[in-house]
Amino acid sequence: MFRSLGKKKAKPDTTVDRGILVFENTTDVIRAENVLKAEGWKVRVMGPPPEIRSGCDLVIEFPLIEELSMIRKLEENNIKPTQVVPVNSVLLEPVDLLHEKEYDQYLMVRAANMKITVDRDTKMIVNVSGGGCPDVPYLAGEMVNKHLDAAPLPRDIGYTLCAYALQIAYDRVVEKCSL
Amino acid sequence: MFALVGTVPEDKFPLASGTVVLEGEEIIVANKRIAVNRGTPAMIAAAAVTMHYLGKPAPYCFLVGDIGDGVGCKLLYKHLEEYLPSSTLATLALHYFQPDVGLFKKMLAAVKKMPLRPTLIADAGFMYVAKMGGDASTFDLFTPDAGELAYLADEKAPHPFYTRGFILHDENLIPDLIKRAYQYNNAASYLLVKGAKDYIANREGIMEIVDSPNEEALEPIGGTGDTLTGVVSALIAAGLDIRTASVKAAKINRLAGSYAKPTPATQVYDIIKQIPPALESVLNH
Repeated sequence: MFRSLGKKKAKPDTTVDRGILVFENTTDVIRAENVLKAEGWKVRVMGPPPEIRSGCDLVIEFPLIEELSMIRKLEENNIKPTQVVPVNSVLLEPVDLLHEKEYDQYLMVRAANMKITVDRDTKMIVNVSGGGCPDVPYLAGEMVNKHLDAAPLPRDIGYTLCAYALQIAYDRVVEKCSL
Repeated sequence: MFALVGTVPEDKFPLASGTVVLEGEEIIVANKRIAVNRGTPAMIAAAAVTMHYLGKPAPYCFLVGDIGDGVGCKLLYKHLEEYLPSSTLATLALHYFQPDVGLFKKMLAAVKKMPLRPTLIADAGFMYVAKMGGDASTFDLFTPDAGELAYLADEKAPHPFYTRGFILHDENLIPDLIKRAYQYNNAASYLLVKGAKDYIANREGIMEIVDSPNEEALEPIGGTGDTLTGVVSALIAAGLDIRTASVKAAKINRLAGSYAKPTPATQVYDIIKQIPPALESVLNH
């Protein structure tokens, strides 16, 4: 069955006052997102516009007027965007549907192309599959056969959009296993 | 010659190329030992087992360590760009890799300079970047799962992570997604769509469906799609046409999975061990 990732956030009324922060890799995007949201800024992780898209990319959409203070905060946390540009085209929305499937005591959650499976009785991660970026086999090696509480998080050790998708699936697994 | 390209999930693993040797639960390439658990090593192991069964030479591999930062992949993209124009590879299977459209297009330009055009097979990151760059139709075979097929079917998505919900929704049937992928030229000449049912299709539509044996527990197991890509690539390298190879590979992979008596916690090497009896059953009975 598919479930939405919750209520869709209201879209901004206009894009003319929005900018995007571009980073070297997805790990920096995730770190920046955490820092900025913790400070209360309304930012969104999105897909980059075609003109700056090179492959496995994410950007952070932010209110342009707050550029200086946001950059300062990121620098305080040793995070440096490679580009800061105004939004001049429609940005892509990340996947917002999750697929869940149960096999006896096992629960599998799929987000986009990434799947994680846990034993609900023991809360052990028994498999990670899917994806195509090179951190997927690495993440699987680091996470499989570990307890949900002890496994490293994809957002902490991954680099790519596949890692970001796996984090979404992992979050849902944690939510379901805590019910 | 039959070659496989992909990554090893180790930061320090150097760029390595050579003929693969399968030894226990490891593969050996250029004297480097790699555990077969999932990803490209699982694909290589499945291909090597298949070639050995068929009495054919072991595949050649191009590997590099990369844990997702793309550093190793950049080296291998560059190496392939230099190596391929003078090579005589007949079958080239491309697998887990960092999508980088610019570097990929340079590599593809090198493929086009080869004296004989190889049969091109892509899965995982190479399939993503082929679609991202508008080069899907250059390939002969893609092996997506249902989620990846939805990505191919979404003409606006540059990565599966951005597949739009109305396409990703499970109300969309696989046949519709296949049709849409071809409609926007985002599919290879053939598709082998792996899942509860395996679909073999081309631009004209679905040619074959393989749906037995059906082991539901195979879906969560990391590496079962990789073994399918390895087996079908080996069968093509051994001389089968793509359609026949796809149908037989789907049957072989399902049978190997069934022989392993899988649970969602099974690891892929247990399935690779069952490929020889599955090959025997499908090819000789």
